[in-house]
Amino acid sequence: MPIKVRVPTPLRRFTAGVDEVPADGASVRLVLEDLERRHPGIRERLLDDKGELRRFVNIYLNGDDIRFLDSLNSKVKDGDDVSIVPAIAGGR
Amino acid sequence: MATTFQSSPRSRADADPAARDLEHEVVPVARAASVLELIGNTPILEITRLVRGTLAPGVRIFAKLEGFNPGGSVKDRAARKMIEVGLADGSLRPGKTIIDSTSGNTGIALAMVGAAIGYPVELVMAENASRERKKIIQAFGAKITFSDPMESSDGAILLCRKLIAQNPGNYFKPDQYNNEANSIAHFETTGPEIWRQTRGQVTHFVAAMGTSGTVMGAGRFLKSVNPGIQVIGVEPDDAMHGLEGLKHMASSIVPGIYHENQLDAKIAVSTEEAYDMVYTLGHDEGVLVGQSSGAAMIAAIKVARSIREGCVVTIFPDFGDKYLSTNLWIGWPEWHRKRSAGEP
Repeated sequence: MPIKVRVPTPLRRFTAGVDEVPADGASVRLVLEDLERRHPGIRERLLDDKGELRRFVNIYLNGDDIRFLDSLNSKVKDGDDVSIVPAIAGGR
Repeated sequence: MATTFQSSPRSRADADPAARDLEHEVVPVARAASVLELIGNTPILEITRLVRGTLAPGVRIFAKLEGFNPGGSVKDRAARKMIEVGLADGSLRPGKTIIDSTSGNTGIALAMVGAAIGYPVELVMAENASRERKKIIQAFGAKITFSDPMESSDGAILLCRKLIAQNPGNYFKPDQYNNEANSIAHFETTGPEIWRQTRGQVTHFVAAMGTSGTVMGAGRFLKSVNPGIQVIGVEPDDAMHGLEGLKHMASSIVPGIYHENQLDAKIAVSTEEAYDMVYTLGHDEGVLVGQSSGAAMIAAIKVARSIREGCVVTIFPDFGDKYLSTNLWIGWPEWHRKRSAGEP
């Protein structure tokens, strides 16, 4: 069973408007790399040029902020939920 | 021994009487009968240290510090005006609740104004809005309804519409995105203040865009007194961004009050450069602001570096104390380490 990745509105232009897509990988970083293969262009919105998570992007693994786990190296297994959430609400 | 503080970079003012006038704008200090009377008349601050040696001698940059409003942001102006107009035309009357979708500063402003005039306020916002702002809103007695953080600000707008549709007679929706009273507030206050505070010398007005009320209204006023003034809007460089309060127009529900043809130019700013500018403003100017001010400063500097003479005015929508728990500060330790080590 693949990993479920929840995609926020601003990134759905890469997923043909779909809000939840499958991906594979044993860590969050590998999941994001697989996501890039399936939806080219999404990676650079999430990671900076050093490959680190952008400051304004939060990623939750089964509801836990990966910055409080092992960041991009957090282990992921089949069936896990990965949520990408912009760190802001937008609007004013 | 007494310490003398000198603003050395302002030596130009000593030689140039017109420039010296800029130093002496008096901001009235009011004794107020209501907190609403304290909205506006915010000071402007010349940005000097962080641009020293990088601008042509005839170029100056000023930032209008909207954090001095009683609710802590530029949004006090629009909130007061939209509610005034609602009361005047009868769309807001006793028994109604003020409702709107907002990620924070407008919510704070509406909650404050509602408290000051005795009307209940209900706000819809995405759950990932900053914790401080939610608490401030609740302290003013307003109710918060949360929308899905995955849906960004558009999700809050849609949920708010749904709540109103369920009970249409109960609510007054100021609707900051589509209510011209939002930009009229800036036409009537922000614009004239900038004109007075610069003694009519402003040549470029640069403001970050969320609803676009500030840049539309103040821009319209400034062009009405001097059509040569350049009005420049600032927006995030991508749909996926971290500039809370700002909208990437191309990928958002475009506000009804936004009229792009009234802008002379738009500048796109990346989240990273805006965050770094927030750190720089604190460190080098002693001004702790939010990320929208960082974005505005980046754009104002770009404009200032492109001209040989002029007075660039930008808006710092709020101070930074509401963002201390947010992602804005994740990069600060690394930034500070590099600064201390003298790395670029």
